[in-house]
Amino acid sequence: MSQLVLVGMNHKTAPIEIRERLAAVCREDKHLLHRFPQLRYVDELFVLSTCNRVEILFVCNQLHEATHEVKSLLRGHLGDALSAQVESCFYTYQFLDAVKHLFRVASSLDSMVVGEPQILGQIKAAYREATECKAVGVILNRLLHKAFSVAKRVRSETMIGSHAVSISYAAVELARKIFRDLRDKRVLLIGAGEMAELAAEHLLAQGVRQLMVANRTLERAVELAGRFKGETVSFSHILDALKNVDIVLTSTGSPEPILRHKDVKSRMRERKNRPLFFIDIAVPRDVEQRVNEIENVYLYDIDDLQGIVDFNRAGRQLEAERAEHIVAEETVKFQQWLCTLDVVPTIVGLREKADAIRRQELLRTLSHLPHLTEKDRKAIDVLTQSIVKKLLHDPIMFLKKKAHRGSKQLFTDCTQQLFNLTNGCKPDSSALTDEVSSVKNENKILKNLEK
Amino acid sequence: METVFLILATIAYCVGAIGYVIYLVRDQDAIHRVSSGILLAGATLQGLALIMRSISMGRLAVTNSQEALSFFAWVLVVVYLVVQTRFHLRILGSFVSPLAVLFMLGSPLVPARMIPTSGIFQSVWVVVHVSALFLANALFALAFSAGIMYLLQERTIKRKNFGFLYLRLPSLESLDKLNYVCLVFGFPLMTLGLITGFAYAGSVWKSPWNWDPKEIFALITWFIYAILLHERLAVGWRGRRAAWLAIFGFSAVLVTFLGVNLVLQGHHTVFVR
Repeated sequence: MSQLVLVGMNHKTAPIEIRERLAAVCREDKHLLHRFPQLRYVDELFVLSTCNRVEILFVCNQLHEATHEVKSLLRGHLGDALSAQVESCFYTYQFLDAVKHLFRVASSLDSMVVGEPQILGQIKAAYREATECKAVGVILNRLLHKAFSVAKRVRSETMIGSHAVSISYAAVELARKIFRDLRDKRVLLIGAGEMAELAAEHLLAQGVRQLMVANRTLERAVELAGRFKGETVSFSHILDALKNVDIVLTSTGSPEPILRHKDVKSRMRERKNRPLFFIDIAVPRDVEQRVNEIENVYLYDIDDLQGIVDFNRAGRQLEAERAEHIVAEETVKFQQWLCTLDVVPTIVGLREKADAIRRQELLRTLSHLPHLTEKDRKAIDVLTQSIVKKLLHDPIMFLKKKAHRGSKQLFTDCTQQLFNLTNGCKPDSSALTDEVSSVKNENKILKNLEK
Repeated sequence: METVFLILATIAYCVGAIGYVIYLVRDQDAIHRVSSGILLAGATLQGLALIMRSISMGRLAVTNSQEALSFFAWVLVVVYLVVQTRFHLRILGSFVSPLAVLFMLGSPLVPARMIPTSGIFQSVWVVVHVSALFLANALFALAFSAGIMYLLQERTIKRKNFGFLYLRLPSLESLDKLNYVCLVFGFPLMTLGLITGFAYAGSVWKSPWNWDPKEIFALITWFIYAILLHERLAVGWRGRRAAWLAIFGFSAVLVTFLGVNLVLQGHHTVFVR
């Protein structure tokens, strides 16, 4: 029977320096997957590498040899100096533990920020790469699709993802507690850092339509305004712009505050006291602290936003427990499916299903034909039996022939799906196709982007 | 029969209010649906009781303080249910429904002497006067609740001290908007109620203004809301100040409505004793 193994490390086991280097190495020259054809003992391979984790999942028949092979591959890739350090950070999970770990990672339960949604996209991208390299087969295909649907289930059945995840998201959530509707609000971006860009993207995703950009270097302002379909404001006019914007995002590198208490206060009357929300993600800060004391003005700096993130994290922990339960449940279901992936259970299942159908139909037909004699009934019974037997003969012989080949999983799985044998632990086929199509869509989008 | 309806309505309000308080803590759609359904049932029962009583008495059955209080609770629930369909501020129910329960349960506690029927009740003026003022007061009660919610939420956001209320309370802007809408509809109704009141007083006591305590307090209340409306429209007062003024205004309403009825004597005492 094949073995499922996961070797990996994450932010809990490895310090950032090691993760950085490993992730960089894994990303180079389209990483380990291209070596897959050279691996003798590894049947299927999946590699996930993000800035917080590296996970290598593989299917093999000889556990020891395959693990050794994968590790030496890694070592060859990393160079001796790094691999000595890395070795101690690795964890190895087998079979169900590996399944459970993957489900937890996909549902973002193992993430640094529990509930953050990016990880699922990263797994999908990694899966796409693995399929392109033809490194995944029956088991990993099913396992990853299952992981997607588990993640989906966790997301919809628990509130784990509903709280603010990142600082920029926390800022947007706050804006929604101040303003009723973000669609008619105007945003002013002062300075054009990466964080500000991210927050602006979040705001636009929440429906903000009007965006203005002010930056000391005009080119950058024009570039950003072009990207967000906004307009530019000259840096010397930002105080006038305060009159008709609602959200101000500042992230300049200025050592002095650029927005002062008296400047803001004097503009509130012209605004007819409409609320004004400052998001100051610059360090040192761009907006004077006292601005927060003005009526209907709300000022949040980066530490305040971190406070919301921490507050949300506490709530998320409770939901994480419910999510763990879902993961455990789905792990058991996957185990059941894995167990049927052998020739004998498949044949038994096939026979049982056919016989059950035969009996049911026989019973129904005979109840309509009460005039038949016992002998007739017997003859019909024998007839149906032999039809079923003859019909199943070829598929069963085929499966038996494959029993000792490497491709047996493919054919057992195919048979299971063809005859719908796995009712107890049937994978949600609609969810499966959903996932497949979503992966395909993403593929298309990525390709378009590349163009 | 009416008494049974009234008791059932009271129970419904209590259950609905408890449901709404639970909804404040647990964000589940079903709790809100059930609670508002129960409130609606209570309001229907009380409405029936009111109609039956008014028919049997031959006039609007709001004559003593007791009836006035429970009538106010009814108007409050009805106004809340109507506003709810427009504004979708469900958490408002968690603040308004306990208020309605308070009035409903408080009504048997105030003295209720039956006043001999006299001709002065049977006038269109009285019906307009009473219903306009009660409707206005219910709207002001909503503004009061929205004001409390606003202050709570504003405090959280200003002080950056987050609790579960932060997640459950609606946005500042929508609470402020509710405050404004209640004022815009409530103030003309209140004005109408007062004018009909004075006009009627003029026809009964020869003079529309009699230095009656109720009249004085009513005028004070009217001025508070007039100031609020003026500042909102002309100067752009909003947010915390508007919330405080809505709370202050409703306190004045309560003094005019209850305090004067129960404590001070005057012309108006003829109606509600």
